[in-house]
Amino acid sequence: MSEVIVITSGKGGVGKTTSTANIGTGLAKLGKSVVMIDTDIGLRNLDVVMGLENRIVYNLVDVVEGNCRMKQALIKDKRYSNLYLLPSAQTRDKTAVNPEQMKKLIEELRPEFDYILLDCPAGIEQGFKNAIAAADRALIVTTPEVSAIRDADRIIGLLEANDIHQINLIVNRLRMDMVKRGDMMSIEDVIDILAIDLIGAVPDDEHIVIATNQGEPLAGDSSLAGTAYMNICKRILGEEVPLMNLEASNGFFAKIAKLFK
Amino acid sequence: MALMDFFRRKSSGDVAKDRLKLLLISDRANCSPEVMELIKNDIIKVISKYMEIDCDHLDIQITQTESDGSNGRVPALCANIPIKDMKHTSERR
Repeated sequence: MSEVIVITSGKGGVGKTTSTANIGTGLAKLGKSVVMIDTDIGLRNLDVVMGLENRIVYNLVDVVEGNCRMKQALIKDKRYSNLYLLPSAQTRDKTAVNPEQMKKLIEELRPEFDYILLDCPAGIEQGFKNAIAAADRALIVTTPEVSAIRDADRIIGLLEANDIHQINLIVNRLRMDMVKRGDMMSIEDVIDILAIDLIGAVPDDEHIVIATNQGEPLAGDSSLAGTAYMNICKRILGEEVPLMNLEASNGFFAKIAKLFK
Repeated sequence: MALMDFFRRKSSGDVAKDRLKLLLISDRANCSPEVMELIKNDIIKVISKYMEIDCDHLDIQITQTESDGSNGRVPALCANIPIKDMKHTSERR
């Protein structure tokens, strides 16, 4: 039986697409068959983060409108043969699809995949409603900032109103040095405010920028963020993984520098 | 004194947390300005039965207050209602 997971946040730019790409890659690495759907019609980005932008022929709107078959629109990942992307349309807008059509599309995919990940657009309008229509559970991505947390709280309310009750939190872009100084809210602070279960915390890691530049998700590599995303994937599969130490031990020189602080 | 202030100052993380908690209370209570206006009008209606109040300077808002119990700061509906005159309620009884 497949599980449909929507990755959402309310606020833009907190890391929904990056999280979707990395969780998709991580789950594929763990041997699951996964399809990632970019539901951000008009502003597609999951394809570039995955490095698959040159392979797009058909998209989600083409499938919904019957211009092609599902199989023709699904793009197989470069690295994992059990990972697929259904790209969004770039030249259309959110009204090109409605929630009923999304439900139908996902029902078609359910028998084929273990996990269906939905990359949700920012905002709470039509695009959001489309993305959550068929979701079984939700992952809320937030950063430890007032604006992102406020929007996340609103999203949690809307998800519950739409009968999605399995909601987990990803705290993204944590800077432990700032948390230690008291200049950034801690993971505990964010959990305390939003009152939902944490599924993982991802440090602010420059490897993410490099990975996105190259179109190569880093889930499962040796970087801090890569490890953090892999831990999230394992927790999605139901494994108990302790929270990792998010502090960067960035090599020999950083350690020497610390001695002189 | 400046040095004491420095040590007593809240970290910006704590400031953020306190601001958010307050903000989310009004967000969750769905207290849009329209709803607050409705509450205000109803309060005026009730209080006006017993006293003459200054409606122009009436102010209500959701704030936080130190609770008597152990659960620290709690949300509160705070109303500041200037009284102009008391009515003789006994006459009406």
